[in-house]
Amino acid sequence: MFSLSASKRVTAALAELGQITLLAREAAASLLKGRASWRDLLYQIYFIGVQSQSVVLVTGAFTGMVLAAQTYFQFHKVKMDTATLAVVGVSMCSELGPVLTALMVAGRVGAAMAAEIGTMRVTEQIDALRALATDPVDYLVVPRLVAAHVALPLLTVEVIVIGILGGYFVSVNLLDIEPTYLWANMLKYTHQSDLVIGLIKAFIYGGVIALIGCYKGMTCRLGAEGVGQATTEAVVYASITILIANFFLTLVMGKLVGML
Amino acid sequence: MIEVRDLTKSFGAQLVLDSVGFKIENGESVAIIGRSGSGKSVLLKHLIGLLQPDTGEVLIDGENIVPMNERQLLHVRRKFGMLFQSAALFDSMTVAKNVAFGLRRHEHLTEAEIGRRVAGTLEMVDLPGTEDKQPAELSGGMRKRVGLARAIIYEPQIVLYDEPTTGLDPIVSDSIDQLILRVRDRLKVTTVVVTHDMRTARRIGQRVLMLHDKKIYASGTADEIFASQDPVVRQFIDGIADPKENLP
Repeated sequence: MFSLSASKRVTAALAELGQITLLAREAAASLLKGRASWRDLLYQIYFIGVQSQSVVLVTGAFTGMVLAAQTYFQFHKVKMDTATLAVVGVSMCSELGPVLTALMVAGRVGAAMAAEIGTMRVTEQIDALRALATDPVDYLVVPRLVAAHVALPLLTVEVIVIGILGGYFVSVNLLDIEPTYLWANMLKYTHQSDLVIGLIKAFIYGGVIALIGCYKGMTCRLGAEGVGQATTEAVVYASITILIANFFLTLVMGKLVGML
Repeated sequence: MIEVRDLTKSFGAQLVLDSVGFKIENGESVAIIGRSGSGKSVLLKHLIGLLQPDTGEVLIDGENIVPMNERQLLHVRRKFGMLFQSAALFDSMTVAKNVAFGLRRHEHLTEAEIGRRVAGTLEMVDLPGTEDKQPAELSGGMRKRVGLARAIIYEPQIVLYDEPTTGLDPIVSDSIDQLILRVRDRLKVTTVVVTHDMRTARRIGQRVLMLHDKKIYASGTADEIFASQDPVVRQFIDGIADPKENLP
């Protein structure tokens, strides 16, 4: 009984993964043929990028600050105080910057995408789009997908910068670490490759958030409960996917950088 | 011309339409009647490819649209305008943007030309000067009118109406009926109306198809159907109409 239910769930999950892949392919084809509107794309960049700034900046600043404090407490025991900001720099660039940005955007934007598109589906607006000879993928998915791919790396850069500045502020003003060595060590140990890895991750996570949010909205069950469930699932699935993908991306890109 | 052949559709284990078939000639206006849940709206959505049948064919001007993918269907749908039961206005857009949607997507017109066409179409549905209103500010009847304006602005060949008068008071329903007739006569469109409002069916349907028990149960001119002595048809017609009201 249990194995039957488990196998059904695995089959359903794989089928869903297949549907999301097909949606991605359809969106890519639509993008290449230039069917999306620039006006919609700019609005989505504004919605995903500009309007998410306050949330991600607060997250980035306080993460950088707490990371600096915690690192200092450990490093101080072995007289490595001035390496504090280097840890913050590397962590923010390659791991915390992209992951935290993506998780915050998944909560804010992924949920909004699923709710908006889900409501459109429930109120026949998606059918109305199709009846007006407009493919919902061109009109709804492509602008959101491209905007998320563009906005996530930009937001991540902001988070990395504010995180490092927050860490610097705490280290210098609250923990009395010598600023010159602190900064020099950060520059010495934080490599360009760390930033590149972070930006590649952010680009990928942007796609994950938009695809899952749009897919959940377009396939939500009819009724208010269906929209609510789609919204929750969009956030949960996107967050889990980001965290799991982050492990594999770190592993693969770390190996690649090591080989160069 | 619209032709449906042996169309069968089920949702899960529930069979909704069973070998349904009929033809609608160009310029004809047809009312499809039937009880709530009899599959009228499902049938209508098959005509424009919004639903795919399990088996059967839907031919639009001789072209079977069933095997078409979504992208191919978009071209066929340009022949159609559709008014949805809930009007399905895009609630993030003003009335003008809703009405202009099809024009902006498919025709390369200047803003001035789009504005002129929108104003003209809103005038036709008796809603002049409402361009800047939001859908949330509109009453049920006004929403239907805007939905109709959006459906007809690019002058389609076929207009589908899904329960156009459901949820409206009799006076507004009457004005919507008149509007449907006006659109039919001015634009010379093929009209397909799904309704369980007998007055609408009688006024608009040159021909009436009755859907019952998953099939087209009865078909004929409005007069023939309304004069029918078949017990199922009679029960449906008499069951909905108020006995005190003299139907025209």
